[in-house]
Amino acid sequence: MTAETFLASLHLSTPELILAVGAMVLLMIGVFTGEKSSGLVTGLAVGLLAVSGAWLIWQTGDGQAYGGVFLSDPFARFMKVLTLAGSMATLIMSAGEARSAGIDRFEFPVLVVLATLGMLLMISANDLISVYLALELQSLALYVVAAMHRDNLRSTEAGLKYFVLGALSSGMLLYGMSLVYGFTGHTGFEAIASALSAEGRSLGLVFGLVFILAGVAFKISAVPFHMWTPDVYEGAPTPVTAFFAAAPKIAAMAMLIRLVITPFEPIVADWRQIVVFISIASMLLGAFAAIGQRNIKRLMAYSSIGHMGYALVGLASGSMAGVRGVLIYMLVYMVMTLGTFACILAMKRKDGNHVENVDDLAGLSQTNPLMATVLTVMMFSLAGIPPLAGFFAKYFVFMAAVEAQLYALAIIGVLASVVGAYYYLRVIKLMWFDEAKGEFARPSGVLRLVYGLSGLFVAAYVLIGGPIGTAAEVAARTFF
Amino acid sequence: MGLQALFFYLFSFVAVASAFMVISARNPVYSVLFLILTFFNAAGLFLLTGAEFLAMILLVVYIGAVAVLFLFVVMMLDIDFTELRAGVLDYAPVGALIGLVLAAELIIVVGGSTLSPEIAKSISMPIPAITERTNTAALGDVLYTHYVYFFQIAGLVLLVAMIGAIVLTLRHRQNIKRQDIPTQVARSPKTAVEVVKVKSGQGL
Repeated sequence: MTAETFLASLHLSTPELILAVGAMVLLMIGVFTGEKSSGLVTGLAVGLLAVSGAWLIWQTGDGQAYGGVFLSDPFARFMKVLTLAGSMATLIMSAGEARSAGIDRFEFPVLVVLATLGMLLMISANDLISVYLALELQSLALYVVAAMHRDNLRSTEAGLKYFVLGALSSGMLLYGMSLVYGFTGHTGFEAIASALSAEGRSLGLVFGLVFILAGVAFKISAVPFHMWTPDVYEGAPTPVTAFFAAAPKIAAMAMLIRLVITPFEPIVADWRQIVVFISIASMLLGAFAAIGQRNIKRLMAYSSIGHMGYALVGLASGSMAGVRGVLIYMLVYMVMTLGTFACILAMKRKDGNHVENVDDLAGLSQTNPLMATVLTVMMFSLAGIPPLAGFFAKYFVFMAAVEAQLYALAIIGVLASVVGAYYYLRVIKLMWFDEAKGEFARPSGVLRLVYGLSGLFVAAYVLIGGPIGTAAEVAARTFF
Repeated sequence: MGLQALFFYLFSFVAVASAFMVISARNPVYSVLFLILTFFNAAGLFLLTGAEFLAMILLVVYIGAVAVLFLFVVMMLDIDFTELRAGVLDYAPVGALIGLVLAAELIIVVGGSTLSPEIAKSISMPIPAITERTNTAALGDVLYTHYVYFFQIAGLVLLVAMIGAIVLTLRHRQNIKRQDIPTQVARSPKTAVEVVKVKSGQGL
């Protein structure tokens, strides 16, 4: 690598450099100003993420960097902006709730920034080694964040459980990668693709593909690698759960899309059947297992498993329309999740106690009509009822599946979303038709801002869907 | 060739024998010491194949750090190892199964590279011959040039691990006596010692 190509590489990875250097500066600020600096560091971290996102939006010129292991293209930029927005929103939401959630330490925003850096690197990874390293950077920060409230037994249990299962999945991923490397002789995505189309696939390579997909399915919590999700969502402090549900899912999905479409493009039939299987299993489990849940964080965990299944429907079609559908789905999913978690964070009694049961929402329409309306819009949208955003997201992925002649997949998906509608509608029924058990304290300004904005987005998607669809199409065109 | 084969059999024999002793020794301290011997012989085997960097790293990291850490854990923590070992025979079938799977994998890998030797030639960045460039130098050639990006991310992963360890374990305890070196050094006899004149026969 000459000095010129190195400088060009640095230029292409400026958003990541901003986060990496910024995180270290924030760490120093935190260490030298002591425990009280949590609010200041959180504010600076939000600023850092915003600067990085702004650079991404106005950045011109794409290409490969560091000898082809890092890639900047419209797809990467779309997903990175989404990830940064998710991280920013969770940091903003956590600012007011950090003390009561037990995470009011300056390391929390620093770890969130480092995890976000890992996610950006995952999205841009164009080589098996960079995929693995970026994934580890992100996961390691997430394990720590899950156990952040260390005096709480459930938080430490969540962190430990996530760590052990995550290490197992990393092992599987790494084993799969070593098989792929062994059978193709390359780790770069384009090189693997050309080796595959030249020599055809071998049995060992398919083994490797299965192991890699198993490892990634763990990260997006798709069935049958979902076991950790409900426990971790329930045990982790609520702002952390909101973070887990939004940004890492976007990054892992982006990584999965690039991973199956670029290097394994020549063996599309092999990975398609795996994606179809995990998609169907996730949709069905998400629909049926959530019915019995009483804790709203567990409910959202099963809901997110189901939504990953719907997003995978688009990927299974393997077409441009499918990838575009997944991008729109992830965007809408993120906004819905953030809005819902802003409402969950606002479930605080007047004496300052947080409650987490679905039944605690009873009669919300009488005590806080605005929050009840927003949560109703979110639930309708999560269930996929027109004309809300969730309907359009599902529509695009199912249409792509039908165009790719995956009729069974599309039909099972629609049926699963009908079953899933039951538990979303149950929440709405509780809020509007049941007697109130107690009042919630008035939500803080930032929470009202987040759920207000996401409610507006979801409700007015018909009006703003056009430009979003165009942006997603530009991003999806990268691959085709 | 003869000398090399001799050393190969010496290292492998001692490695297998001491690996067996790791799981059969009664005293856990002996187990750890046998583990160190196993690592040492594995390092010797690496050296024979010309991977001298890996051999030295094995010595430095596994013996210098990991095994010594094990030794500390075994000696400092009050773990009843006889109790831990009580059900070892119950797990023997599972262990045998895993061993069988590993053996099958080894046969597949070795068989694969014997049957199709061209696979070994298609690797993206082959190691230069040992006569041209030593292993350590060859690694150094690529680590800070082609792999600088990976190297930096690995550094960030270690940074996160360090932050995590501190966040999850460090507790600032109140009312604890700490050594304050500047204050200690700045003390003079005037501030440190109080001279009391005691009249004889009266006490304080």
